[in-house]
Amino acid sequence: MNLSEHLSKEILAQYGVPIPSGRLATTPDEAEARCREIECTKYVVKAQIGAGGRGLVGGIKFAATPSAVRSEAAKLLGKRLVTGQTGAAGEMVKSVWIEEAIDIAHSFYLSFTFDQHSGLPVMLMSAKGGVEFEQAARMDPDVVRQLPLTLGGDLDEDALRKMLGGLGVSGNAPDALVALAKGAARAFRDNDATLVEINPLAVRADGSAIAVDAKIALDGNALFRHPEFETFAEDDNLPEQERIARENDINFVKLTGNIGVVVNGAGLGLATNDMIIDGGGSPANFMDIRTTTTSLQIAKGAAMLLQDPGVGVVLVNVHGGGMTACDTVAEGFALAYARATRKPPVVVRMAGQNAEWALSILKNRRLPFEDFEDMGGAIARAVEIARKGGA
Amino acid sequence: MAILVGADTRVIVQGMTGRAGTFYTEQALHYGSHYVAGVRPGKGGREHLGLPVFNTAKEAASETKANASLVMVPAHKAGDAMIKAIEAEVALVVCVTERVPVHDISRVKAALAGSDTILIGPNSQGILTPNACKIGVMPTTDATPGSIGIASRSASLTSEILAQTTAYGLGQSTTVGVGGDPIHGIGFRKCLELFRDDPETKGVILIGEVGGSEEEDAAAYLESVDYGKPVVALVVGRHAPKERRMGHAGTLSIFGLQSADEKIERLASAGVIIAENADDVAHAMQVALD
Repeated sequence: MNLSEHLSKEILAQYGVPIPSGRLATTPDEAEARCREIECTKYVVKAQIGAGGRGLVGGIKFAATPSAVRSEAAKLLGKRLVTGQTGAAGEMVKSVWIEEAIDIAHSFYLSFTFDQHSGLPVMLMSAKGGVEFEQAARMDPDVVRQLPLTLGGDLDEDALRKMLGGLGVSGNAPDALVALAKGAARAFRDNDATLVEINPLAVRADGSAIAVDAKIALDGNALFRHPEFETFAEDDNLPEQERIARENDINFVKLTGNIGVVVNGAGLGLATNDMIIDGGGSPANFMDIRTTTTSLQIAKGAAMLLQDPGVGVVLVNVHGGGMTACDTVAEGFALAYARATRKPPVVVRMAGQNAEWALSILKNRRLPFEDFEDMGGAIARAVEIARKGGA
Repeated sequence: MAILVGADTRVIVQGMTGRAGTFYTEQALHYGSHYVAGVRPGKGGREHLGLPVFNTAKEAASETKANASLVMVPAHKAGDAMIKAIEAEVALVVCVTERVPVHDISRVKAALAGSDTILIGPNSQGILTPNACKIGVMPTTDATPGSIGIASRSASLTSEILAQTTAYGLGQSTTVGVGGDPIHGIGFRKCLELFRDDPETKGVILIGEVGGSEEEDAAAYLESVDYGKPVVALVVGRHAPKERRMGHAGTLSIFGLQSADEKIERLASAGVIIAENADDVAHAMQVALD
C-alpha cells in the first residue's frame, strides 16, 4: 500500500521529521488560493500519485507566483502520468501538493526497509540523492551504505555518526541528519511500514536537514494493528475490476489481451500467462483464486471476465488441491456463466483434486466448453479461438 | 531417508483446535503422519482428534518429544507462535499462514538467528515426504515415494509438477514449499544442500518465479560445488508486466525487479536445466536422468 507524498510526509512530521510547509489542492482555483497560505518566495507543484518516477516525466513543476501555481496545477490535474513504475495506462493525478521550494546544498538518499536475505530491518543511505539515485545505485551498488537496525528496530546512533563521517558530512549537518533519521526509523517501526524513503533528503547551507520528498509503503497485512489507515487503503486508486476481485478474495491484475483466464494459485497463474504469450496469444488478465475463496466469490470474479467486451475466450485452468478443489471453481464458474448475458467460448483444463467431478458439474449445467487434459492443449486451443476472433 | 521429515517425525500443531487446524490435522493423520499433540493457549488438558492439547508449544514439545511443529494460527498471532516454537527448540517449524505482517516475520528471523531451528514458510504449502510425513496443506492424491526432490515458491505449481513426476514414474523424495512471502525461512539454497546429501534424491526440481533472490542464491551455490545431481528449474512470470504484484508478495522487490529471464540466464549458466514451460518439467528431468 503505497502512500502518496503528502500522506507520507504527514506521518513523518508526526515523528519530528522536518518537512517543507505545503498544502493539498484538487482544483486549479484551490491551488492558487491555498498556496497563498505558504510563506515562501518560490513554490513547487507536485502531482500526487502512488508510483515513483514522476520527477522524470514532468510531474513536478516550479512556480514563482500563485497564478503560475494555478496554471501548473491546471496542467497536472486530471492528467494520466506514465512513469517507469506505472505501466502503460499511467496513473490519474487527482490532487497536487504545493509546497515551499527548498534551496538544496546537498541531496542525500535515506530509506528504511527489510534486508531480504537476513529478513532484518535496515537503513540505507547514500550521498547521491535525488532523481538520479536509482540509476546511480544500479550502476554502482557502493554508493549505498547499509546500517542494520537493532533488534527493537532502533538506530545505532554511534554507527550512524561514523557512517556520516565516512560520507564527508560535517558541521551542523550530522546532528540534523541523526535526529531526522531517528524519527524516520520510529515511523517505520511504529506504523508497520515496509518502506520509508526520503529522497531527496536535503541538507541546506546552514546544515539543517529536511525531507523534500517522501514515500511510505504500509504493510496491508498489518492493517489490523492500524485501523487509522483503513481510509488510506480505500484511496488505493485501483481499476474497477481489480477492486471487485479484491473484495472477493481473488488476486487479479488487468492486462491488455483478449484471453480471460480463471486460474487458482499465483504460480499457476504466472505459468499459464507465460504459455499463452509463448503460444502467440495475449491474456486479458492475471488471476489467482486464493485457497480460502468460495464458489460464490469465484462466480463474481468469473462474471467480471465474461461480461468484459474485450474478452474473446475464457480459459479455465485449475489444479485442485488443499482447500480449493476443482469442483469449487466449477460451481462458481457455472453459476456465473448461467447468469451472464455475454457467453464467450470456454476452454477448460481441470487436474488434481476432484477434477472429474468438476467436469461433470460443468456438463450437467449444460455449459458449452471444450476440455483438455494438459495445460499445453487447452492453452493452444484458447489461443486459436482468440485468433479467430472469439466471441 | 528423504530430507527434514520422515516416518519418525513427531509433529505438534499450533492452532490445532481451529477450523483449518482441525481439517488439516485430520487429513495428515489419515495420510499416516505421526502427529502427537496440539497447542491452544487456555485449552490445555483437553483432547482434540484423539490427541492431547497443551497450553504452550514448550509443554507440548517436551511432553511428547516432538521434533516438528505445524503453525496454523491466524496471521496476527502467527509471528508469536513461530517464536514460541523456536524458543521451545523444536527442530523444524512449518508455517502455512498467509499474510503474516512483515515486521512480525522479521522478529521471527531475529529469533531464528540464535537457534538451531529450521523454519519453512510462512505462506507455504508445507513439506511432504510421500507415504511418510505430511506437514502442511498440500493435496497428496498424486504423491508417490520416489527419487525427485522439489523445492518451490508456488503451491499450485508444486501440485502440478508433483503430478507430472508421478506420471513419469519418478516419484518424489520430499517436496518443500519455501513460501510466497519476500521474507521467509529456508530457501532454495538450503533445500539444494539437503537434497545433495540425501541418497534417495536423484534429481532436484526448483520452481521459481519473478522477483526475490531465491534463484540467484541457488545459482551461486550450484556454481560453488560439484553438485552431482541434475537440477531442473521452471521460472514463471517471464511475461509478467514489471512493477505489478502478481499474487505473491515475494514477486515485488523494492530495489529493482529481477526478471524471470535474468533468473533463467543465471540458473542456466550455473548448469541448471531450464524447463521450457510448466508442461515440460518432469520430461526435462526424465531426459536429464537417462
